[in-house]
Amino acid sequence: MVSATFNKIEMKPKEYKSEIKPVWCPGCGHHGVLASVYRAMSELGIQPSDFINISGIGCSSRLPYFVKSYKMHTLHGRAGAVATGTQLARPDLPVVVSGGDGDGFSIGGGHMPHMARKNVNMTYVLMDNGIYGLTKGQSSPTSRREMKAYITPYGGVEEPLNPILYMLTYGATYVGQAFAGNPKMCAALIKGAIEHKGFAYVNIFSQCPTFNKLDTAKFYRGLVEEVPEDHDTSDMENAMRLARRPDGKAPVGLLYQEDRQTLDEAMAGLVELVGGSADYDLKKIIDKNRP
Amino acid sequence: MLKQIEGSHAVAEAVGLCRPQVISAYPITPQTHIVEDLGTMVKAGKIENCEFLLVESEFGALSACIGSSAAGARSYTATASQGMLFMMEAVYNASGMSLPIVMTVGNRAIGAPINIWNDWGDSMSARDAGWIQLFVEDNQQAVDVHIQAFKLAEELCLPVMVCMDGFILTHSYSQVDMPEQGQVDQFLPPFEPRQVLDPAAPLSMGAMVGPEAFTEVRFLAHHKQREALDLIPRHAAEFQSIMGRDSGGLIKEFDCAGAETVIVTMGSVIGTMKEVLAGMREEGHSIGALTIRSFRPFPSEALIEALKDAKRIIVFEKCLAVGMGGIVSMNVRMALQDFPLHVHSVIGGLGGRPITRKNLRRLFEKGLNDQLQETHFHDIDMEIVNRELEREKEQRQSGSIAENILHDVGVVAAAKTI
Repeated sequence: MVSATFNKIEMKPKEYKSEIKPVWCPGCGHHGVLASVYRAMSELGIQPSDFINISGIGCSSRLPYFVKSYKMHTLHGRAGAVATGTQLARPDLPVVVSGGDGDGFSIGGGHMPHMARKNVNMTYVLMDNGIYGLTKGQSSPTSRREMKAYITPYGGVEEPLNPILYMLTYGATYVGQAFAGNPKMCAALIKGAIEHKGFAYVNIFSQCPTFNKLDTAKFYRGLVEEVPEDHDTSDMENAMRLARRPDGKAPVGLLYQEDRQTLDEAMAGLVELVGGSADYDLKKIIDKNRP
Repeated sequence: MLKQIEGSHAVAEAVGLCRPQVISAYPITPQTHIVEDLGTMVKAGKIENCEFLLVESEFGALSACIGSSAAGARSYTATASQGMLFMMEAVYNASGMSLPIVMTVGNRAIGAPINIWNDWGDSMSARDAGWIQLFVEDNQQAVDVHIQAFKLAEELCLPVMVCMDGFILTHSYSQVDMPEQGQVDQFLPPFEPRQVLDPAAPLSMGAMVGPEAFTEVRFLAHHKQREALDLIPRHAAEFQSIMGRDSGGLIKEFDCAGAETVIVTMGSVIGTMKEVLAGMREEGHSIGALTIRSFRPFPSEALIEALKDAKRIIVFEKCLAVGMGGIVSMNVRMALQDFPLHVHSVIGGLGGRPITRKNLRRLFEKGLNDQLQETHFHDIDMEIVNRELEREKEQRQSGSIAENILHDVGVVAAAKTI
């Protein structure tokens, strides 16, 4: 079901490391996510220049710097919207957003349902640490009420958001969840997401040992439970039931996958319907001025 | 009470002393410490009868203040840079609805390219938005001007922005004389809103206004803001009578009277300038300085009075109207248009570029020798600029400017793609 027709190349995971060393704190779950991205890219055989990695603002939004890739560091919350534009302009290349819970569900929350319902053919890897790390520890939309931060010294007053239930509700066609401490599963989900045709959402619990003292790696290890082997990934109802964390366990693995017309396909269909055609060849323009 | 305190903490304490009723905020560097402190103070009961909301964006932060202020609550928020831009629609909304909200702006550059350091690009983007904009020079003024800002906002029913240089003030520790609660209460009476949510006297806000009345509504916004030109000095005098300090006001002169050359600026850079200018005066140069403390409304008459006898004005500003030049200098030129004065425009300190005594001294000497360009970029490396221009001339797909320049200045890693 690979939709993006990128050139295959043989590269080891470590060869995808850029010259910039990660600046995350020791023990940050994002290191695990990064390793998973390298691994997924290697398994897919993606040429770095064909891999479009877009991010917003936050600790997790630094990820593209550390990956040999075509990258764009955009505005806080806007990575998904920018990626939508990029994907429509270059449907032949894999577009991957990496961001965090604050970036995606707080300030960028307005874009989330629309990427899902439009089924933009892209991957959204959300590193969920339940806190704003870059601004040094404020509660985020996925913070538990019990979490104390400097700005909320007695805990929060709001219920945390359930990212995967949200994405299932709004029509994402690939929804998975993992824990950064299990890079193998993270890599498999990211790989599957990139291969998937449509809007793929991967939620990764990624501990912030510096500012979130509640959601530790140990906590996440105890929280997660693999999706049952007999779970049918086309069963939306059961995916939603699992996403609601029955017995208090957060499901990890692939919860849902569906084959549905993507936004670029729908738009191409519209052009065909009205008998129009694009009268320029982007590739020719690029080739003409290539350095 | 004298305290050795970080600028942000001092501002949070000052805002707390003003007895705000609703504070709504979203974290953004470099203002985060202010609202973090306020959040803690509210939760700890140090600020009574106050609600603290941590919202999902800056747009949400100011929007919540619009709602609370319209319901009659003394409302406060803080922001910076991209946050300011993201809330811009609400910025206009707040002033358009005459809501006396006070907002701190921890002045920071606007991207792209991403930059967390200080300049005035953020506040300047809202200079025509109908908010009063007060710039402060140090952390003592930051404290004092916030207290005055609530009084000004509430008397005029207009929102007020207090602009303080990000990091240089927000994150620096200095000695601040923190007012007592009784002193603040004496200066700032309890909020008596002009608009309240009163079910006994319902009203509607935010009505659509067409061509039949829009000009008059806008004129009134302008007219009301100009009233602050009288109120700001009056409040500063009243503040001084209670606190014993000269803080606030429209402008501040530093050995400006009789000086042939006057440096006009805003914000914290005057601290370094004062030292340089003192040395130059000792050497016999006739040079002084002036800071604009109220940028909106713009104090044209006060500037005329202070500058009319000078021969040369050098406006030093940390902002740029791309395609035009200096923003503050544009305003100064307009104020002084009837006087035969040459106003030089100097753009400096963009994105946190250090402004040192050494480079200021060089700049002022150039100014005294009439060697400044029409729009002069302070401490710029034209070799780097020209290299990029050449690159663009030679190659259509020459890459992104910011990353190319980073590469040129030696920050290779950040510029490296693959």
